Amino acid sequence: MTAPLLSVQNLSKSYGALKVTQDVSLDVREGRIHAIIGPNGAGKTTLISQLSGQLRPDSGRVVYDGRDITRLDMAGRVRLGLARSFQLTTLLPGFTALENVALAVQAREGSSFRFLRPAATEGALNDQAMACLADVGLADRARSQAGSLSHGEKRQLELAVALATRPRLLLLDEPLAGTGHEEAARLIAMFGGLKDRVTMVLIEHDMNAVFALADTVSVLVYGRIVASGSPAEVRADARVRAAYLGEEAA
Amino acid sequence: MTDLSQALAPARPRLAGRLKLALCIFALMAAVPPLAHALGEPFLIVVATRMMVFAIAALSLDLILGYGAMVSFGHAAYLGFGAYAVAVLSRAGIDDLFLHLLAGIAASAVFAALTGAISLRTRGVYFIMITLAFGQMAFFFFVSFSTLGGDDGVALTARSTVLGMPLLQGAQGMFYVTLALLVLVFAGLYRLTLSRFGRVLTGTRESALRMQAIGFRPFPYQLTAYVIAGCLCSIAGVLLANQAIYVSPAYMSWHRSGEMIVMLVLGGIGSLTGAMVGGLVTIALEEGLARYSEHWRLGFGLILVLVALFSPGGLSGLLRRLGLGRDAT
Repeated sequence: MTAPLLSVQNLSKSYGALKVTQDVSLDVREGRIHAIIGPNGAGKTTLISQLSGQLRPDSGRVVYDGRDITRLDMAGRVRLGLARSFQLTTLLPGFTALENVALAVQAREGSSFRFLRPAATEGALNDQAMACLADVGLADRARSQAGSLSHGEKRQLELAVALATRPRLLLLDEPLAGTGHEEAARLIAMFGGLKDRVTMVLIEHDMNAVFALADTVSVLVYGRIVASGSPAEVRADARVRAAYLGEEAA
Repeated sequence: MTDLSQALAPARPRLAGRLKLALCIFALMAAVPPLAHALGEPFLIVVATRMMVFAIAALSLDLILGYGAMVSFGHAAYLGFGAYAVAVLSRAGIDDLFLHLLAGIAASAVFAALTGAISLRTRGVYFIMITLAFGQMAFFFFVSFSTLGGDDGVALTARSTVLGMPLLQGAQGMFYVTLALLVLVFAGLYRLTLSRFGRVLTGTRESALRMQAIGFRPFPYQLTAYVIAGCLCSIAGVLLANQAIYVSPAYMSWHRSGEMIVMLVLGGIGSLTGAMVGGLVTIALEEGLARYSEHWRLGFGLILVLVALFSPGGLSGLLRRLGLGRDAT
């Protein structure tokens, strides 16, 4: 068996007495979608933030592609191919959709200490950015300001920006939050299509999406992983039903 | 790619609008000396020169405050470095304008790199306070510099020369050299803000988190912008010393730094044209209102309040709504 692309080992983090991440270990294999589910307040976003480098864990290790990245900052991890999308969109509102994506292309292509040539005239940046927008079905909104896009479109743009960094591993923090039924279906189809290119860690509340997409599901309750396995196994797990799915079914 | 050319289409008129306004301002300014002579008011040339000097200073501040969201309250220090570069070098027998500019820029670059590297570790109000503190340190350094007049400042024996020629001696020469430098600084900053570097700087202003999430570390870009802004402001300092034929620590007091922020707010931040309008108008109002009353600051304050209340985006925002330099979006 090949080594996992991402290996989280005994990760722990506390805010004072509150243990938000408790001894979390999980492996994510290349080419898979690994979903992390759990009730509100289970520490899912905190976990993702530690994987993306936005937060430092108190103890434990994060190993990516055989390399210990526990102490690497977010920008450094992105350059290694580990990108994330945010639950609350953090797009650049004053930039157009195309400019938002072009900036992500610029980050990995060539120096940004270029002071004279207008970036808008760089064909290479725009072509690649346009391709990413087309990937998420947002090409026709390229010239709209990010701040003026609808909620669903912002989610799509968020994804286009993440893809423009050319990730090997994409951390998706509730990518379907607040989207309508049709938008959600479109995004789910899109993630399914991306599976061949990008490994994904998915946090999601929408159980239909999770069970449609995920190869592996881990259940997080109070910062601790209580179950991990294939969707079918997790669905059958009594502890999970009690802790989480049972509440939803009721 | 047709959809790509469509995507880029709106950018052009928007930029052209800002440029048009800037060109109008330059043309207007260029006409001042002949007009002043025709009106028999040559003093206007001196006033207009001062206006443009501060327009350069405001432009430089706009790069960090408007585009980089770094509210520096110590920017006047760089006016001082430019001014004292003239005083120190001319005392040493070096009169060339280019050498004066070079020395002012070099001193500013060093000071900005050192203080910027420390200041940029803070955010928000702390950044304002720490830049204020560094600005005051520079101010008191020159206040205690007794061989250069200390508190009283020092009068220059003559203005800088350009390649050995006394180009700045007359009010008109001084005026056109200042105008030329204003155009240069504006054009340079205009290009810079649209460049890759400019995009990173503006992106960091809008969301530092987003920039990190796509692989940028903001610090080196912010520091570079901070140094560039300091260097450009020192150009205004060199011109200010030449215009007044006098150098004093008062140029770099925190009142001056505050006044530069006022210029940006009055003109509109983050558009360059706004900074230029703000610098020009602030000095024009000062000179104009001071003729009528020693309490001119009251009138200036009133105008500032009205602009802040009724014209978000400052005077350039107002001009835009009136159809001048309109953004396409």
